[in-house]
Amino acid sequence: MSEWVEACAADDVEEEDVIRFDHAGRTFAIYRSPDDEYFATDGLCTHEKVHLADGLVMDDIIECPKHNGRFNYKTGAAKGAPVCVNLRTYPVKLEAGMVMIQLD
Amino acid sequence: MDARGAVIVGAGECGARAAFALREEGYAGPTTLIGEETHLPYERPPLSKEGMASDASGLKLIADAAHFADAGIRLLLGSKVIAIDRAAKTVSFRSGSTIPYEMMLLATGARPRRLPLAEASGHCLYLRTQDEANAIASRFRQGAHVVIVGGGFIGLELAAAASRHGCTVSLLEAAPRLLARAVPPEIAEVIGNVHRSNGVDIRLGVSIAGFQDMDRGVEVHLAEGAPLRADFCIIGIGAVPNTELAQEAGLAVDNGIRVDGTLRTDDPYIFAAGDCCSFPLSIYGGRRVRLETWRNAQEQGTLAAKNMAGGNIEHAAVPWFWSDQYDRTLQIAGLPDEGTQTVRRDLADGAFLLFHLAGDGRLVAASGIGIGNAIARDIRLAEMLVARRAVPAAGSLASAAVKLKTLLAA
Ligand SMILES: Cc1cc2nc3c(=O)[nH]c(=O)nc-3n(C[C@H](O)[C@H](O)[C@H](O)COP(=O)(O)OP(=O)(O)OC[C@H]3O[C@@H](n4cnc5c(N)ncnc54)[C@H](O)[C@@H]3O)c2cc1C
Ligand code: FES
Repeated sequence: MSEWVEACAADDVEEEDVIRFDHAGRTFAIYRSPDDEYFATDGLCTHEKVHLADGLVMDDIIECPKHNGRFNYKTGAAKGAPVCVNLRTYPVKLEAGMVMIQLD
Repeated sequence: MDARGAVIVGAGECGARAAFALREEGYAGPTTLIGEETHLPYERPPLSKEGMASDASGLKLIADAAHFADAGIRLLLGSKVIAIDRAAKTVSFRSGSTIPYEMMLLATGARPRRLPLAEASGHCLYLRTQDEANAIASRFRQGAHVVIVGGGFIGLELAAAASRHGCTVSLLEAAPRLLARAVPPEIAEVIGNVHRSNGVDIRLGVSIAGFQDMDRGVEVHLAEGAPLRADFCIIGIGAVPNTELAQEAGLAVDNGIRVDGTLRTDDPYIFAAGDCCSFPLSIYGGRRVRLETWRNAQEQGTLAAKNMAGGNIEHAAVPWFWSDQYDRTLQIAGLPDEGTQTVRRDLADGAFLLFHLAGDGRLVAASGIGIGNAIARDIRLAEMLVARRAVPAAGSLASAAVKLKTLLAA
């Protein structure tokens, strides 16, 4: 059953940045791209379980804070060593100034 | 005889990454990755981290057997190369068999420096491999007394792991401070204090007179004061590069197998990369260094592969290192000893960054320590500033109100 969940206010995330969002025992990362679009992925790196929200956003890349593993946060694609497993992404929409993400 | 192809000697971080990178570069010849250890290539950093003993079988593989097979990489594990014949372009094994190469990469890594005084003891352990990590982890138990010799990263990370497993830990360091080789004193002091508050008995400026095995355990005799009783000792006094194979083949060795900026040895068909090589670091005007860091092993493995596949690319990366102890993580980008002055920036919860500036104001390195990944993002941004040879204003660096990302845009 898919449901839309309110993750944060749109201005809680700065441009080209990321914040952490915890919900129902799971953790997610919410991104705002340099061209002002919002995206959501699983919150933990697929290399070791580290919160990506402590990492650095550059263009459409999130870089893990622990060992610099890189993912495209728009597609979830792992961009090479040390990460080889893709990140899961979630649909996002803006509603009344809030960022909503669709969970399954 | 097999067709000539790429031969990689050493199936560690660097060798394994190089093998995959050769394929990514489109290299189509036979590719053989040869490793002395019997395990599939695995990551070493977890071996000394706190989780080490909780799951001794939990080898963190760089890639599984299927990945190597899919990429057409032939793995020869449990096989030690004993000689290189540069004229015939072959490597040979004790069995007498040989493999011909078109291009070769030496990624032989390093091994623990041995302490001659400890050679006679049966209770002194070293750490480089998974098997050695298992041997250490199997001795960690509640109430065991461990003496660790060496206040470098391996010794300190193991002190944290041992104390988390309920061992009583003494750590002996010959120098007047911890981590004297690579870490600024302010950060070394924080690390020392965290260890002390976790009950580790840190003794600086200690010289060891000898080790005496007892019925159970070992006695460590010091130049001054009462001997220490231990169930076992761990020696972590640095690493020496595995250069013998190269040296016997007549290649130059200079604190590591000597390579140029493209990672070629003086033999154009032989490259060396990772912990085993010394190379000119371009961001510091070609200063010759040997690094023992995980990311360097990956980057150099990838770069060597590109050049083996026909490229001619110079190494340009900024050195980067991390260490985890208790709930703290330390990261260093660049080599702090390149700096002549230090600017400090304090962050929340006791975390801080140190910016190391050269005499002309150029940012040459940054280091930091904090809980969890508190300093990671800023160290990464500082690394980019170092790579750009930026000359940021000291006042901006010192103030946490100034985002480093804005300095990068400047
Ligand atoms: C316990 C530990 C913890 C670490 N923690 C960190 C950390 O937190 N952060 C960090 O940045 N770095 C860390 N490092 C350093 C990092 O792991 C190394 O820099 C990296 O492993 C180097 O890779 P390498 O491939 O050059 O060498 P290695 O990983 O040493 O691999 C070399 C391989 O070559 C094999 N070999 C050697 N000679 C031959 C031969 N003649 N024939 C066949 N095979 C041969 C060896 O058996 C070995 O398997 C740590 C290292 C250790 C040991
Ligand atoms: S934990 Fe993310 S790259 Fe290692």
